[in-house]
This record gives sequence, C-alpha cells and structure tokens, in this order.
Amino acid sequence: MSLSVEIKHLFSGFHVDVGFEAPQGVTAVFGPSGAGKSTIVNAVGGLLTPDAGRISLSGRVILDTQSGVNVPPHKRRVGYVFQDARLFPHLSVRNNLLFGQRFAPRSSRIASLAEVVELLGIAPLLERRTAALSGGEKQRVAIGRALLAGPEILLLDEPLASLDEARKGEVLPYLERLSAEARIPMLYVSHARHEVQRLAQTVVEIEAGRVVRQGPVEAFVGASGAAPVRISLPAGTLGPDAAVISFRTSDAMLTAPDIRSGAPYQLEGRITAVEQAADAALVTVVVAGAEIELRQSPEALARAGLDGPSKVAVHITAADILPR
Amino acid sequence: MAVRLSLKVAFWATMISLPAGILIAYALARKEFYGKQLLNGLVHLPLILPPVVTGYVLLVVFGRRGMIGGFLEETFGLVLAFKWTGAVLAGAIMAFPLMVRAIRLSFEAVDPKLEEAAGTLGANPLLVFFTVTLPLAWPGVLAGAILAFAKAMGEFGATITFVSNIPGQTQTLPSAIYAFLQIPGAETSAIRLVVLSVIVAMAALFGSEYLAHRARRKTMGR
Repeated sequence: MSLSVEIKHLFSGFHVDVGFEAPQGVTAVFGPSGAGKSTIVNAVGGLLTPDAGRISLSGRVILDTQSGVNVPPHKRRVGYVFQDARLFPHLSVRNNLLFGQRFAPRSSRIASLAEVVELLGIAPLLERRTAALSGGEKQRVAIGRALLAGPEILLLDEPLASLDEARKGEVLPYLERLSAEARIPMLYVSHARHEVQRLAQTVVEIEAGRVVRQGPVEAFVGASGAAPVRISLPAGTLGPDAAVISFRTSDAMLTAPDIRSGAPYQLEGRITAVEQAADAALVTVVVAGAEIELRQSPEALARAGLDGPSKVAVHITAADILPR
Repeated sequence: MAVRLSLKVAFWATMISLPAGILIAYALARKEFYGKQLLNGLVHLPLILPPVVTGYVLLVVFGRRGMIGGFLEETFGLVLAFKWTGAVLAGAIMAFPLMVRAIRLSFEAVDPKLEEAAGTLGANPLLVFFTVTLPLAWPGVLAGAILAFAKAMGEFGATITFVSNIPGQTQTLPSAIYAFLQIPGAETSAIRLVVLSVIVAMAALFGSEYLAHRARRKTMGR
C-alpha cells in the first residue's frame, strides 16, 4: 500500500506545488509553519480541493482534477488525526472510539476496540467524558478513533504541536508503538525535527510550498545517529552561571544575526567555512570558542546570505543544559 | 375547556413545525443557496406583519374556497378554517420565526470542525447531521420548541381571524379571556384564566431552562 500525491494549489497568496510518494511505513511531511504542510494533508483527506492535482491511495484514485474525480472525505477511507483532537463532546470516550467503526465495512477493519485500547493505553478512560481528558489523553483517543474507522492510511497533522513538553513525552511512545505495529502507511506532518527522526522512515521536506528533499530518514540532514556536541558557555550567556550546552547539530538552525526565532536557545557565532557536500552544505561555525559543524540546506543558506564567512545566529530547538 | 384546547393546539403546532423548523434553520445556518434571503424573509414575515393580516392570508389560502384549503378538503377531507386544526396552523405559522431563530443560532454554534472530523471517520453528510450536528444543537432545538409552544399557546390575532372564537371548538385561552372581558361582570372568570396562563407560561419557561441546562451539560461532555 502506498500514497501518491501531486497537487498544485494557490493558497492565500502563495503557491503549493508538490509531488511525492509515501511508501509503507511512516512518511514525515516536514517543514516550517506556513510551508504548505496542512494544505497537503487536507487535500489528501478531502477537506480541501486543490486547484489541480492527482492523489491515489494503493492504486485507487481519490482525486484527479483533470478527469473530475473527487471522492468525498467519508468515502476516502483516510484516518485523520487533527492537531486539536476534535473529539465529540457529547459522546463518552468509548463512543468516540466506536464512532467510525459503525460506518466501516467489516472487511476494512484493521483493529478491534480491545487492540486499540491496549495499544494506546486508554482502558481507564473508556467511560469518561471527553472534557475530563488531558491534551495527551485526547490525542491518544483521537488516534484510536481514526484507527477503528478502518482507514487505508493514517494522516497525523501535527498531533503533538498543541501539547506541552510533558504531554508530548506522554504521547510519543504510543506513536512509536503505532509506527512499529500499524499495518497501514502513515503521513506524519510536523515541524519538529526530533519527532520526525524518532518516528519516520521516509521524509518529505517542504519549504515555501515546494518539496526541497525527499528520501529515507537516514539521508535526512543530521540523522539521529549523530552524537551531541558540547559547548562550554561563559557566565552571562544563558544565565548568571557558566554552563555547558549539549545538543545534536540536527537540532540547530542558522539564520542571519539579530533574527529572533521561537527556539529556546539562541547563540551568536561566526561562520568560518562553507563546504558543499553531496546533498547538503557543511558549515563550520565557531561558537564561544568551540568549532562545530552543521549540515544545512544550500538553498536556505544562500537565501539567508550565509554562504560565506559571516556572523551568524545559531538557534537550538532542543538541548540539555549541564552545570559546569 | 379553553386551557385544554390551547394546550392541544400548542402541542400540535410545535410538533408539526419542528421538523420543518430544524430543516430550514439548518439550511439558513450552514448552506449557501439561491433565494436564501427570500426564504429568511418569508420565515420572519409573521413576526413583522400584523397578526390579523397573517390570519386573513391564511383564510384566503387555507379557507374552504382557498387554493390549498380547497385541495385539502377534496383530497383528505381536512378542513382548517373555523376548526381547531386551523388554530394549530395559525399557531405554528406565528411561532415559526421564533423557533427557527433559536434553532439556527444553536446550529451556528456547532463547530464545523467536528462535522469535518465525522466525515473523515466515514459518516456521510446525513449521518453527520444526525450523529453530530443535531445532538450538539439539541439544547437550542429544545429551547426553540418550547418558545414556539408558548407562542402558539398565546397566539390571538391570527387565530381569531382564521378560526374565529367558537366556545368549545376554536376558543383558545387568549380568545376566551378576550370574550370574558367583553361580558360585564365576567372579570372573575377572565382573571382565573389569566392566572392559569401565567402558570402555564412559567412552567414552560422553567421546564425549558431545566432541559436546556441538562442537555448543555451533556453536550459539553461533563
């Protein structure tokens, strides 16, 4: 089973023009907010009709604007897990889970209620009302509900994005189990690199409405095997005391200096060398006297004017701070 | 006598208008179609027109020689003018705008994202309506129905014009109060009915508040 997507869509002033294949397993649609990721999943789910395109699921055409095929969402057999869970407030957890099962033909069932409840660890929640659930619990119930509807593919649209760190940690292990045990392909939309590295086998990287890279996760910039780098920071950099910051270079991003991002840590550095590798640029950056090497996309570097020696801001999305 | 008749009239007026009220309220809340404003205007017309005018129009259209009235009598033997069934129609028409307004608001308050989610789970639009939209809008539907019941119960102008004021046949509560007030020395009887109608109205109000409260708790998932 696999998914093949090819769409063109003009959306609030910018063009989404993508084409990719999602094979068996978890395919991450990765990219920054506003890159067009939601447009892609909504088109696959049938919640949005793109201006032009063709989408097929295991050989079954669910959208073809040229021949006028546009299968409505309820006939696509696409399980959709929304960022905001969207549980039905008038139903108990059990009835939320069973909602889609009633409409699915027996032959399309891929899991029983008992299996799903066990997989997601939601047995104690079954008789509860949805308003009493935490964000992480809601998201697990939403995943179970989508699975029980007997889908041919599971779409997960930033399922962790609206959760705090503790809740993310509560849901991630279940997602890992799901990705290991589910017998259907999954499309996992995320802007968080470490989620993608933990869950996906294939990565489709989107930037400004275009696919900039696609392939197995091992070829993905800064794959998770890389050891973390450690930099000693003098007092006053991250707080009153001197500290050591430890992070994977894949969790770091470069921009022109003085640009603020939402990243929890931001350091100033200097690019000393840029070397073109096969599919990425290797950038040598000096931060607090230490030299680190980052793999970055050459296009993004050129756009930010960072393709040569210059001052640079290093944004780190995930790091451990150790006492010195 | 008049109280019993009024309760019966109000009950049936609510029952026959509820399905149409739900349908039209849903169309006005969620659909875009040609003539939406015209439909909206037509629904609200009885609220704006003098009730006597509505009653007169009913008499012309649904009277025994009226366009629809003649047809109904020939095919079903159903006579509306000057019968209690006519009072039901008059009450239903007069209460319709209030009912539709309340139900429309509750449909608009249902998050379309939940309907979208139900669609991705395999429910076709009709099933989405009956399993998600309608249950979530239920407190408003109930409130609209009770509002319509109270309005139909107190309807006077259109009713007396369309079905007159025949004691024991078409004399509803308001018509009876009006009749007693025309007779010197019958104030006591009038006051009795006034008190009764206040009680019925209050009971309807409390009942609707209670039911809506319960339904709201349920749909909020608590």
